[in-house]
Amino acid sequence: MSAPAREPILSVRGLEKHFPIKGSGLLQRTVGAVRAVDGLDLDLYPGEVLGLVGESGCGKSTTGRAILNLQPATAGSVVFQGREIVGLGRKEMRPLRRDIQIVFQDPYASLNPRLPVFDIVAEPLIIHGLTKDETELRERVRTLVETVGLNPEHTNRYPAEFSGGQRQRIGIARALALEPKVLVLDEPVSALDVSIQAGVINLLEDLKDRLGLSYLFIAHDLSVVRHISNRVAVMYLGKIIEVADRDDLFERPTHPYTQALLSAIPLPDPRLERSRQRIIITGDVPSPANPPSGCRFRTRCQKFANELDDTRREKCITLEPPLADRGLNHQSACHYAEVSRVL
Amino acid sequence: MSTAVSSSSSTGGLSQGGTRSTSLPGFDASAPLLTVSDLNVRFPTEDGLVHAVRGVDYSLRSGEVLGIVGESGSGKSVTSLAVMGLLPGSARVTGSVKYRGQELLGQSDRTMSRVRGKGVSMIFQDPMTSLDPVYRVGLQIEETLRSHDRALSSKAAQGRAAELLEMVGIPNARERVRSYPHEFSGGMRQRVVIAIAMANQPDVIIADEPTTALDVTVQAQILEVLQTALTETGAAMVLITHDLGVVAGIADRVLVMYAGRPVEIGSVEDIYYEPRMPYTLGLLGSLPRLDSSTKQRLTPIKGAPPSVVNMPPGCPFAPRCPLHQPDCDVAEPDRVDVGGGHTAACIRTDVVARAHGDAALIFDEASKDSPLMQSQGPADLPGSTGTADDGVPRDPPGEQTEPVTTSATGSLLDPPATTRDGDRS
Repeated sequence: MSAPAREPILSVRGLEKHFPIKGSGLLQRTVGAVRAVDGLDLDLYPGEVLGLVGESGCGKSTTGRAILNLQPATAGSVVFQGREIVGLGRKEMRPLRRDIQIVFQDPYASLNPRLPVFDIVAEPLIIHGLTKDETELRERVRTLVETVGLNPEHTNRYPAEFSGGQRQRIGIARALALEPKVLVLDEPVSALDVSIQAGVINLLEDLKDRLGLSYLFIAHDLSVVRHISNRVAVMYLGKIIEVADRDDLFERPTHPYTQALLSAIPLPDPRLERSRQRIIITGDVPSPANPPSGCRFRTRCQKFANELDDTRREKCITLEPPLADRGLNHQSACHYAEVSRVL
Repeated sequence: MSTAVSSSSSTGGLSQGGTRSTSLPGFDASAPLLTVSDLNVRFPTEDGLVHAVRGVDYSLRSGEVLGIVGESGSGKSVTSLAVMGLLPGSARVTGSVKYRGQELLGQSDRTMSRVRGKGVSMIFQDPMTSLDPVYRVGLQIEETLRSHDRALSSKAAQGRAAELLEMVGIPNARERVRSYPHEFSGGMRQRVVIAIAMANQPDVIIADEPTTALDVTVQAQILEVLQTALTETGAAMVLITHDLGVVAGIADRVLVMYAGRPVEIGSVEDIYYEPRMPYTLGLLGSLPRLDSSTKQRLTPIKGAPPSVVNMPPGCPFAPRCPLHQPDCDVAEPDRVDVGGGHTAACIRTDVVARAHGDAALIFDEASKDSPLMQSQGPADLPGSTGTADDGVPRDPPGEQTEPVTTSATGSLLDPPATTRDGDRS
């Protein structure tokens, strides 16, 4: 568990990433914006795994990319080890990239199919001029490939010759090449079959302990997130609606969305699964181009629909709930937050 | 397979002859609902014959939900497409699929159209592509209804379509029948697909990954709608999924597929709490648990599923199996009954039984997903030492009945764990 007194290694405040919606006319004027990330705060502490979860379209991947400046943020601040990242150009970002790296979701699309594995893993080392000579480069790549559990004899092979799990290991080796301090893992195991996924999760846990890394672990699978994270942040429509230490979030969720999300996930245990009371929320996620007023979740909220009277509902409709402290490192954005066990 | 959820195609559906009966030669209402035996599907490719489904056997009882689970490429979808007669012409399908005593394999598309939708209907994974984008959803439901009942008036079909949409939880169903699929969200489209599948009160609904494309909160809604569909129609269901959580909640029996074959079939409780096939056990051990705060390490299965082109003899799971022994490479094991209709294709089910569902006892964490890491061949894996040290006599299958004393730690296979620790990094 992270001690709140420590300094975060990565600190995000008021992050916004809006994608303009262009009109169809000749001038292609901007007629609106998809507010993919809409005012997001988070802190990542050294040595911790912060899970960032949410359903598709909630902005979790965009958050990861905006933090790395791969897609420049519209507004807000991302401070990494005391340096502001938002607004930096490509050149200025380059030295920072040594310390903060990303692993992408799709191991089939994120490796260049025309490069042998050796070149893929060596590329960051060459770009950053980190090795003196060929021998040292070979040695470094060999170590990296071994670290992720692949056979260094096979580095002359191409990505197509590897399975999904092995490719994801290659992507991890590449991300580790520069000895980063922070890894942004964007759905690193969701493209993999379960039997393969478990091996990659174990590898990520080992690497974190051995190399003292911090992870921002972006995923939609809450079971995986519970397994690997120290703290978990739940996103809905571009905002964090609840963040807490892992077990606290899973056992004492206070936001109705977190409760519904946890309740919706089927457990691979027939007796438990059949005896559960399930909260089924209605409808789909609203469009991030036109989020509801006040609380963004109110249109699907089981509490809003079933428990609140009109006067209390008024507050949900007019006032956006802030991410308020609930004690014990637990924050949630609901006017009527209360703990409810759903697991 | 775009619109062909129930009728053969959107053009041919309405022009069928007047019979509304599903009877083919051999129809027998008292015969078992759906029986698949020795189903094989081969696809000719440039690399050789891909044997995607290798001898699938199962039977479906009235009103039951059979979950078919397996990882990608295990043949679970191809199996169901073969049952529905929806595979491309190049596929070579052998074996038998009997619905109420009628053989479905080898029937013409026209004949099959009488069964599809009425006898057996299907729900596909992707609600974005399984509806026809140029027709209103109401019309697509009406087409399904009228292709099996020529006497049904257009007006009655419209009314029934709205009723069906209401049943699957679409708000303002009377107006929404006039909407096009693109006006619906993914979850709402899947509701429409379910409405089409239940339109003709089928006896069997085959649902192929019906919730995989959906977010979890929407998945929970759709699973509820599926339950409604089953209650309303009284149909039995074959639910194909890779999600062991979904199966745990809805299935009565579970069939586990691996490399094109069922490797274990049993009641949902047998499969989850007392698996007998190492693959099933490994699959359960690979799953992180949402409801557990203990930071127990996951137990991955090393290696990757085999390619189904030119399979070697022997058990296809042997190269990944911690219980592998030389006998395993001799012949592919048949499923043996381990009690109460629970069958598993393994010659070491007695060892698996002692784990009582705890994968960590058999799969140690040294097994990583990297066949490239193994300098020694699969034949050198624990089998030889493991059998000697854990006291299991290396006997032919079926004779290993003696209970075996396990070490105090409870690990069934300590020695191989240490040997395999060495081949990592």
